[in-house]
Amino acid sequence: MATTTPDIQGSRGAKSATRPGDRIFSGLSRGSGITLLVIMAAIAVFLTYRAVLAVSDDSTNFFTTFEWNPAGSPPVFGIAVLAFGTVVSSVIAMLIAVPVAIGIALFISHYAPRKLAKPLAYVVDLLAAVPSIIYGLWGAIFLVPYLDGLNKWLDQYLGWTYVFDKSSDGVARNLFTVGILLAIMILPIITNVTREVFLQVPKMHEEAALALGATRWEVIRMSVLPFGRSGIISASMLGLGRALGETMAVAVVLSPSFVLSGHLLDPGGGTFAQNIAAKFNEANEYGRDALIASGLVLFVITLLVNGAARWIIGRRKEYSGAAA
Amino acid sequence: MSHAIQERPVSAAPRRGSLSHARLPRWSPAAIAVGSIAGGIGTGLAAGWHSKVQWGLTAALLFVLVTFAVTTKVEGSRQAKDRVATSLVWVCFVLAVVPLLSLAWVTISKGLDVLDGYFLTHSMNGVLDAEAGGGVYHALLGTIEQVGIATLIAAPIGLLTAVYLVEYGNGSRLAKAVTFFVDVMTGIPSIVAGLFVLATWNLILGFGPSGFAGAMALAILMMPVVVRSTEEMLKLVPNELREASLALGIPKWRTILKVVLPTAIGGITTGVMLAVARITGETAPVLLLVFGTKLINPNPFEGAQSSLPLYVYEQYAVGTDAAVARAWAAALVLIAFVMILNLVARGIARWKAPKTGR
Repeated sequence: MATTTPDIQGSRGAKSATRPGDRIFSGLSRGSGITLLVIMAAIAVFLTYRAVLAVSDDSTNFFTTFEWNPAGSPPVFGIAVLAFGTVVSSVIAMLIAVPVAIGIALFISHYAPRKLAKPLAYVVDLLAAVPSIIYGLWGAIFLVPYLDGLNKWLDQYLGWTYVFDKSSDGVARNLFTVGILLAIMILPIITNVTREVFLQVPKMHEEAALALGATRWEVIRMSVLPFGRSGIISASMLGLGRALGETMAVAVVLSPSFVLSGHLLDPGGGTFAQNIAAKFNEANEYGRDALIASGLVLFVITLLVNGAARWIIGRRKEYSGAAA
Repeated sequence: MSHAIQERPVSAAPRRGSLSHARLPRWSPAAIAVGSIAGGIGTGLAAGWHSKVQWGLTAALLFVLVTFAVTTKVEGSRQAKDRVATSLVWVCFVLAVVPLLSLAWVTISKGLDVLDGYFLTHSMNGVLDAEAGGGVYHALLGTIEQVGIATLIAAPIGLLTAVYLVEYGNGSRLAKAVTFFVDVMTGIPSIVAGLFVLATWNLILGFGPSGFAGAMALAILMMPVVVRSTEEMLKLVPNELREASLALGIPKWRTILKVVLPTAIGGITTGVMLAVARITGETAPVLLLVFGTKLINPNPFEGAQSSLPLYVYEQYAVGTDAAVARAWAAALVLIAFVMILNLVARGIARWKAPKTGR
């Protein structure tokens, strides 16, 4: 307390620091801030503690095993399949969502008629609030049958790429579908942040480009996109963080299996969050610790991704990026 | 997608060959759009694709390609690039709007099949999975209690933290650390928050599943959102107000309580309500901690409860027609709940906003 208050209080009247009401109030508010830090630390500490309990009894390598059977004797479980599925589905989601989100953001900030732009931005805001379970329900019942045809198409024309080779029949409950659904889910958040950055591009830059005879696309390429680059990157990483940690939509849509397969169109695979939701009910206490261990890995990954995103935003102070 | 480029040579281009001016007429993008949609539907029908996704993708591709070809021919390559960018942006927009519209439409139309007064006022007690009937009352009650408790925990802590950051922190090392970790905390996956409470409250302290456990996880998810939005609002309060109050000899804590917070109260309420709306839809922590039940359990501190998102998930997992219909109806209730919160929150923001300037 003594380290920070004097200079601040000094600027606003030396006496006020000594009043009991002030001391209580500033103590309370600082306490809340510290509580937040303590919670973050506690999350890390307790997850690590339980995870270590589980992993130390794991009879195989936690990171490279393709199996999840913590109830067996000896217990065998590993996250290789989950890590693969999480990364692949998120990468697919990013590949689809980022360009489209940039497109929508440009549409709202530069292309749409002004009358349309405002309500559109509002609707995108609302869409960011749709609960993930509803995306999941829609994805499983509505999207999956619609993607069957697309899957066959990809198999037919791009089957030679191995990735799109569909070796088994069956509905499209695969990592590719999950990736598309995740893309739809993270579109609003990426669009929101990107749009905010695009609106902050100095008008003078754009007008200068226009005055030189640039077309609208050249204006965007020469002034809007360079200005917004770090904003786009950080928005994408925020979206990536969401995609990595998404649980319910994946749990509902994917038909999971512990097989690591490069064939994205075959049903199977799994993600960290989906595996936790799916395996939780049948797990005993040790099994739950094993799930916590996999959750810890997810936590660390999202921490790194989000930290990186915030760091990029932090380097360019003009973006608030806080619209989440 | 690249195979489709080879597959569909630009066939519609000669159709517009009669344009001889250096600029395309104003109606040309619309005409090309209509033409490509017709082309998409035509090829879809001809090739017998039963998936409308393929029809749409073909139409989108045709639109961009035809635009490029026509403009290159008539207006030159720079204009062509510009037109292609414009058409791509429009395609992006449509690509995004179609699934989202479909989501809204499907939820509303399927949800209304089952949703009625009976559904809202009855639980699933004694209702078999395959049997129609039953309702969502227990889940609605559970959601309201859990979200209420979470708000009671998270809102004060979040608010005070924001006050600390804006009014007291002033770039101290603690304030910087809090800001950074609040940002990071915003990105915690909801399931990890659930696992944390599971590890401490259930596994280490040995409590069973309860609404309160779920509420704690929801509070963790809610705090950073409240902090961020409140912080933004407090920063908007003009410094002159604080200075005027302090100059009158009013202690700082009273200045904050009586001047700063009331000025920003509209925005703060909005932020809290948006945070509430966000955690209402969270399923994962509730799945781990609240466990779900068919019965009405009004006590959030003991025994399993249900909640709306969890109910949707359970009914979907059951998989019978009646259960899936219930899942859609519950999804509609949930989405309505969240959207009403959102709209009211934004309404408050708009209604209160002009007063801050004064």
